[in-house]
Amino acid sequence: MPEAEAPARKRIATAWLGGCSGCHMSFLDLDLRLIDLLAAADLVFSPIADIKAFPEGVDLTLVEGAVANEENLELAHRIRANSRIVASFGDCAVTGNVTSLRNHLPVEELLTGLYKAGSGSVPRSGEGAEILPELLPRVLPLHQVIAVDAFIPGCPPDPDRIWAAVTALLDGRPVPSVEGERTFG
Amino acid sequence: MRVADLKTMAEQESAALAVFRARLLVCYSAPCLAAGADAVREALEKEVAGRGLAADVQLVSTGCLGPCSRGPMVTVSQPGQADAVYEKVTPETAVAILDHHASQGPPADGFRMSPENPFLTRQMRVALANCGLIDPERIEDYIARGGYGGLAHALHELDPSEVCFEIKHSGLRGRGGGGYPTGLKWNLVRKAPGAKKYVVANGDEGDPGAYMDRTLMESDPHRVLEGMAIAGYAVGAEQGFIYVRGEYPVAAQRLDKAIKAAERLGLLGSRVLESNFNFRIDIRIGAGAFVCGEETALMASIMGLRGQPVPRPPYPAQKGLWGCPTLINNVETFGNVPDIVSKGSDWYAASGTPKCRGTKVFALCGQVENTGLVEVPMGMTLREIVYDLGGGIPGGRAFKAVQTGGPSGGCIPASHLDTPVDYEGLQQLGSIMGSGGFIVMDDRSCMVDVARFFMEFCLDESCGKCVPCRAGTVQMHRILTRITQGKAGPDDLEKLEALCEMVRDSSLCGLGQAAPNPVLSTLRWFRDEYEAHIHEKRCPAGVCRLTPSEGGER
Amino acid sequence: MPVVTLTINDELVSALDGELLLKVIREQGVKLPTLCHLDGLSERGGCRLCMVEVEGIHRLQSACTTAAREGMVVRTHTDRLVSYRKMILELLFAERNHVCAVCVMNRHCELQDVAAKAGVDHVRYDYLATGLPMDTSHERFGLDQNRCILCGRCQRVCDEVEGAHTWDVMGRGAGSRVITDLNHPWGESRSCTSCGKCVQVCPTGALFNKGVTVSEMEKEPEFLTRILEGREKKQWSR
Ligand SMILES: Cc1cc2nc3c(=O)[nH]c(=O)nc-3n(C[C@H](O)[C@H](O)[C@H](O)COP(=O)(O)O)c2cc1C
Ligand code: SF4
Repeated sequence: MPEAEAPARKRIATAWLGGCSGCHMSFLDLDLRLIDLLAAADLVFSPIADIKAFPEGVDLTLVEGAVANEENLELAHRIRANSRIVASFGDCAVTGNVTSLRNHLPVEELLTGLYKAGSGSVPRSGEGAEILPELLPRVLPLHQVIAVDAFIPGCPPDPDRIWAAVTALLDGRPVPSVEGERTFG
Repeated sequence: MRVADLKTMAEQESAALAVFRARLLVCYSAPCLAAGADAVREALEKEVAGRGLAADVQLVSTGCLGPCSRGPMVTVSQPGQADAVYEKVTPETAVAILDHHASQGPPADGFRMSPENPFLTRQMRVALANCGLIDPERIEDYIARGGYGGLAHALHELDPSEVCFEIKHSGLRGRGGGGYPTGLKWNLVRKAPGAKKYVVANGDEGDPGAYMDRTLMESDPHRVLEGMAIAGYAVGAEQGFIYVRGEYPVAAQRLDKAIKAAERLGLLGSRVLESNFNFRIDIRIGAGAFVCGEETALMASIMGLRGQPVPRPPYPAQKGLWGCPTLINNVETFGNVPDIVSKGSDWYAASGTPKCRGTKVFALCGQVENTGLVEVPMGMTLREIVYDLGGGIPGGRAFKAVQTGGPSGGCIPASHLDTPVDYEGLQQLGSIMGSGGFIVMDDRSCMVDVARFFMEFCLDESCGKCVPCRAGTVQMHRILTRITQGKAGPDDLEKLEALCEMVRDSSLCGLGQAAPNPVLSTLRWFRDEYEAHIHEKRCPAGVCRLTPSEGGER
Repeated sequence: MPVVTLTINDELVSALDGELLLKVIREQGVKLPTLCHLDGLSERGGCRLCMVEVEGIHRLQSACTTAAREGMVVRTHTDRLVSYRKMILELLFAERNHVCAVCVMNRHCELQDVAAKAGVDHVRYDYLATGLPMDTSHERFGLDQNRCILCGRCQRVCDEVEGAHTWDVMGRGAGSRVITDLNHPWGESRSCTSCGKCVQVCPTGALFNKGVTVSEMEKEPEFLTRILEGREKKQWSR
C-alpha cells in the first residue's frame, strides 16, 4: 500500500504537572489495553518515555496534575500550542485537588520557616536558580490556565474510565458520560 | 380627643402662629447640621433675645427641606406672603435675614433661593408636604396643617372597605420598589381570614445614597403614623410595627416621641378619636442588614429571628407576623395615605401617569448641581429631573448615565433621558424605580467600575441562605474586579453574563434576583466599555488602573 | 384535602391540593436533585437545585417549597434548568475547600453524588480556597467549616427534632458560618446533647465522627424518617 493511503497513526502524549503520578499509575493499569493503544497510536511524549521536549503535532494529550509552578505553566502553554485535543487527566488537573491545598496556606512563611531558615536543606528556588522552578502564587486547575477540551475526573481515574475516554477522544467522540459511572471530586 | 377637638386644636394652633410677624424655620436635619445649622440657630436665638423679638418672631427647628447641598437652609414664613427660602446661611447672614423680615432691614437677596428656581417650583410635595415647614417634635404643628384629619375622616365617615376602595381608586402603588398596587394589598389583608392582623411600615431603607424614608420619618413622623393607623382601620389590625433602620437613631427618637404624643391625645392607642378602633404602634430597630428591608426577612427580624427571607407564597398578606395576615408597606407609601383619604382619591389620581398616579420622592445625588431630595409627579422625564430640578451637570461636563433603584437597579444612558419616570418605563430600560435612589454620573464614571461597586454591595449584603446569591455574587464580583484590573480573559464576559442570568432567575429573594441588574444594564448600554477593558486593556473613562497579566493570577 | 390535576413534563399527574411539588415530582420517578431538603425536616428552599419552571410564573420556583395547584404546568429538566443546576453545584465546589480526595466522606458525599449525576466534570469558577477553622473540641464529633455548604440541615434537625437548638448560623453571605451555642466550642456547648443527629444529616464531610479517616465516614440520614415515624406511633424501641 502506498504510504499516503495508510490510516495516519495518531500521536498521543501524557504530561505530569503538579500531581502525585497516581493518574499515570492508573494509566499503566490499562495493562493489555496499552498494547492495543500503542498499536493504533504513537506515544510521543510522556514521563514514562524518555523524551525531553514536548513535540509538535500531537493529536491528544492527557495532562495529569495542577499548574503549580513556572515550569508547569510553561509546559501547559506548550502543550496547548502543540496539541489538537487537551484532556485534564485526573482530579489535580481538573480541580487542583491535593496540590491546591496549599492555596490557603502562607507558602512563603512555610518555606522560610521549614527550609530557608529552618533545619531542612535549602531549596534553590528563585532567581538564578535553575534547579527548582518558582512557585505560582496559587495552584490552578489546568482549565484556568489553558483551554481544555475534555475532562477525566477521578483520583485517580479508574482504568476503565481512562480507556473509555481515550478511545472516544481518539475517535473524535466526546468523553462518554455513563450515569452511575460518573464521579466528580 | 374627639374629631371636634382636633379641629379646635388646629384652629388654635393656626391662630397662635398668626400672631408672629415672622417664623424662621431652620432646617435641622443631618446635611444642614453638618453645614453649620447649629451655629445659625444659636446666632438667631441670641439676636431674637437681644432685640426682644420673642413675641414677634418664632424660631423653629424643622426637618429637611430638600436642597441638601445648599445648606444650612432657613425658610422665612410670614402671614400673607410667599415663603422665602435662604441657602448657605451663615450666622452673619442669618442676622441679616432676621433684620430684613423682622426689622425692615435691607433684603438679603444674595442668599435667597430664587422663588422661580425649578428645584422649588417643579416639585409637587405630597408625602413631603410638611417636611421643612413644621417642628417634627410638636404634634400640634402637624395638626395645624390638617394632620390626623384623614384618620378622623376614615374612622367616622368611611367603613374599612371604603377606605380600601379609596386607596385603590387613588392609583397609589408601593413606594418600596415593587410598585404593587397598595389598595389591592390592603384589600387582600382586609379579606384574609384571621382574628389578629398586623400593619408594618418598612423604614429599613438600605439603598446606598437613599434617604427619602429617613427624611419623612425624621421630618414628619406623624404623617407615617397616621397612614399606618388608617391602614390598621382598613385592614382590621390593632397593632402596627414600624421597622426603622438601625442607622437612623434620630428617626427612631422622633417616632417614639410622636407615638407618645399621639397616644396622649387619643390619636393612637385605645378608642382612637373616641371610636371603637384601637391601634398601637411599636418601633422595631434594625441591625444594619440590607436584606432586612425585604418583607419576609423584615418580619423574621421583628419576630426575633435571624433576618433571612423565606420563599413566597405564602405572602405576608396571607401569613405574615406570627402566621397572621400582615400588611407591609413602605414608609413613603404610608406617607401618601393621609392626604388621599382627606383630600379624596380623585385629587390624588389627577397627578402622575395613567398607570402610576401621584408623586415619587427621589434622592438626587452624584454629578448634578443641586443634590437633595425632590418629590415630583410620576411621568416627569429623567431629563427634567436631571437638568431642571438638578440644574444639570457641574462644570459643563457631559451627562453619561443615571443610576436608579440602587443595587437592584440599573444605569440609563443619555439616549433615554426623555423617558418618563414610572415603574414600567424604567423597567423597560433594564432599571427599576426602586425606592428612589437617583445617582447622576458624568463622563468621568466608568460603568464597569460602577457595576463592580454595586456587586460588592450585594455580595456583602447577601444573607447567605441561597447558593446563587451567596456564591454567585462573589464570583461575579471577582470577574468584574478582573475586568477593571485588566486581568480578564476573553471568556470572562460570557461567564459573567451566564452567571447574571442564573442568579437573577434562581435566587430566593429580591436581593439576589436583582443583584445582576447593575451589570446587565451596563452591559446593555455600555458594552463597549467592558470590551475596551478586556480586549484593549483600556478604561475609556480613565478610572480603572489596568495592569494586564498573563493568566496564573487568579 | 381536594385532589388536583397538574402537568409535569407533559404528563398529567394527580396530587393533593397544596402538596409540595417536590414530593409529587419524585413520586413520578422524575429525579430532582436536592441538598438542603431532607425528609423529616422543614423546608428551606436554599440550595435551589430543585427549582422548576411553572408556566405563568416568571420566576423559577423551588419545588420543595411550592404547593401543587390545579392546572399547574411544570417542567423539571429544561435546558435552562439543567445548566443552572450545574452552575449552582460548581459554585458550591468553588466556594470552600472540597478537596474530596482527602475527605472523610469521599465517595459517600451527597454533594459529590449530586454533582456527578448532574454531569459536572469541571468547575468554571475561581476556587476560593478558604482556610476556615475546624472545631474538634467535642468528644465524639468534629466540624470542618471548609466542607460546609450551609444547607441548614444540622440547625433544623437540632431545633426541630432534638429540640436543643445548639446549631445556628452567624455572619451573612459568603461569610456565614454554622456555630454551636453563641459561637462557643462545640465541646463546651451546654445545650448539645451529643445525640449525633446533626452528623447523620450533614450531606458532606463538614460534620463527622472523630476517628474516621478518608472515605470512612458513612451516614444514614434516613434514620430521621424512621425515628419520626416511631414517635408518631409511640414506638420507643426497634
Ligand atoms: C433586598 C430587598 C431590600 C428591600 N428593602 C426595602 C426597604 O429598605 N424599604 C422598603 O420599603 N422596601 C424594601 N424592599 C421591598 C419590600 O420587600 C416590600 O416589597 C415593600 O416594603 C412593600 O411595600 P410597598 O408595597 O409599599 O412598596 C426590599 C426588597 C428587597 C428584595
Ligand atoms: S437571594 Fe441572597 S439575600 Fe435573598 S435569600 Fe438568597 S442569599 Fe439571601
